[in-house]
Amino acid sequence: MAVVADDLALPPTRHFSLWHAIRRNPTIAIGSVLLAILIVMAIFAPVIATNDPFKIAPVNRLRPPSERWWFGTDQFGRDIFSRTVYGARVSLLVGLSVAAFASILGLALGLACGYFRRIDAIVMRIMDGLMAIPSILLAIALITLARPGLGIVIVAIVIPEVPRIVRVVRAVVLSIRSQPYIESAIAGGTKNWKLLTRHILPNTLAPLIVQSTYVCASAMLIEASLSFLGAGVPPEVPSWGNIIAQGRTFFQIAPWTIMIPGAFLAVTVLAVNLLGDGLRDRLDPRLARRL
Amino acid sequence: MTAYIVRRLFATLPVMAVVALFVFFLLRFAPGDPAAIIAGEDATAEAIAAVRAKLGLDRPMVEQFFVWTTQLLQGDMGVSIFSNMPVTRLIAQRLEPTVALTLSTLFVAVGLAIPIGVVAAWKARKLVDRLVMGFAVLGFAMPGFVLAYILIYFFAVQWQLLPVQGYQPIREGLWPFVESLILPSVALGITYMALIARITRASMLEVLAQDYIRTANSKGLATDRVLLLHALKNAAVPIITVIGIGIALLISGVVITETVFNIPGLGRLTVDAVLKRDYPVVQGLILVFAGAKVLVNLLIDISYAFLDPRIRY
Repeated sequence: MAVVADDLALPPTRHFSLWHAIRRNPTIAIGSVLLAILIVMAIFAPVIATNDPFKIAPVNRLRPPSERWWFGTDQFGRDIFSRTVYGARVSLLVGLSVAAFASILGLALGLACGYFRRIDAIVMRIMDGLMAIPSILLAIALITLARPGLGIVIVAIVIPEVPRIVRVVRAVVLSIRSQPYIESAIAGGTKNWKLLTRHILPNTLAPLIVQSTYVCASAMLIEASLSFLGAGVPPEVPSWGNIIAQGRTFFQIAPWTIMIPGAFLAVTVLAVNLLGDGLRDRLDPRLARRL
Repeated sequence: MTAYIVRRLFATLPVMAVVALFVFFLLRFAPGDPAAIIAGEDATAEAIAAVRAKLGLDRPMVEQFFVWTTQLLQGDMGVSIFSNMPVTRLIAQRLEPTVALTLSTLFVAVGLAIPIGVVAAWKARKLVDRLVMGFAVLGFAMPGFVLAYILIYFFAVQWQLLPVQGYQPIREGLWPFVESLILPSVALGITYMALIARITRASMLEVLAQDYIRTANSKGLATDRVLLLHALKNAAVPIITVIGIGIALLISGVVITETVFNIPGLGRLTVDAVLKRDYPVVQGLILVFAGAKVLVNLLIDISYAFLDPRIRY
């Protein structure tokens, strides 16, 4: 009887579940919607852009926002709206790939450190040293020694972000390791590899996902900062940091060249952070209560 | 206590050693030819060889390592490729504005964030609290340099209340000095402020739920006494921790804030050195910034022992 009742109850619950999820977790909903809009904007940039983002037209320099140039033009007469739309590509690409690479590296190192005590001492000393260097400076040092490009920017941001992931994963592994079910698995003769992948790894995923959203947000901010300083992606690439850097000279008469890409950057970072906060509350209720 | 401090002091040595090794090997094991990259796009073979000789890259690795380590331990960080000035002197010249900016930001951020966090915890789930939490979320997302331009646009360009850019040393008079630091401090401190306010609120909420707070309230103590003497003091350890962790944000942010506001400090020096690919200067700055961060962490660790006598490692 109970089974039948459950089956009957299923359709309405499913119908309700999306609304319910939004009500319960508004931050995840707002964050994902904003992020989805930005991803669509990045993918369909050529369709959305109203002008060629690279086209220089000195006649139209420093025009304020209008019907023809929605966000105005820069000192070379390039359309800021189109450049901003294309800029979403750089930001999201850097944010997502740094989050992915840093998570994979951090997960591997964190598992190894938490599980094999001998590796732990050495790797954690290196991580402590890396964490002592402010991330922008570390990225800058790497970039000084390489030819400019998107790839080196991603590598340069991944390296300072890895220790943050390693610490989170390692802490989880250390706390799981002493659990009775791990001890009994060891006593039962489970191999190291299986123990790591089947019993320990799944426990690290929730904190890993939360941490990687914060890494993604921080990577986007660092990328924009590096471009702004002239040490990021090459200046001809329309990234938000580059648009802002090029707007600096004429900022007092043409504030839109800085405010608009800046607002896009802030909203993107906000969206990722909201998603991260929401996921943290959802996946790690213990932490949520503390913060 | 002394033993604890000495032990903490020794624990910083391996960290600084790793930082030093990192900057040493970064140059030596960089892919491609770092000397060619430093010399520039269209450098001649002689120019590249000159850079290589100047960096000592033409000698055997073991010799390089011993020379480099001995010099570093004597406080010699090498010579700038471009100005030929010792890196230590370049850094010493630019130290004052950066220290002034960092301290004023620390002062502004901590001074505003702790009261904000306390009020938010006291009025938890009321309008004030929601506004504070909203500010904290926005503060995390706001890039410092964008906020800097917004502040300059309104406070300096439109309303002309404060200078647009530049730095006035304190010997030129107190007010010009303070005036030149207000906007940079707010721009640099926003994320830091958001972080401290959030942790203060969280830590206070935890303490306010304790029995002794109810006792204090029920025996009729004034609210401010309960909040400040009974609650804030016991909520201090996480707040101090986050003030320390956040120093890293300030150190990273200094590079950008000094560029926006044209402040001739270590941040500007870093950017100039990077654009000229002056590796010895970049290397020296990394050591100084990392050293500052390690030192702050040490002070925080020591302060725990005073704040909470139960903490002993």
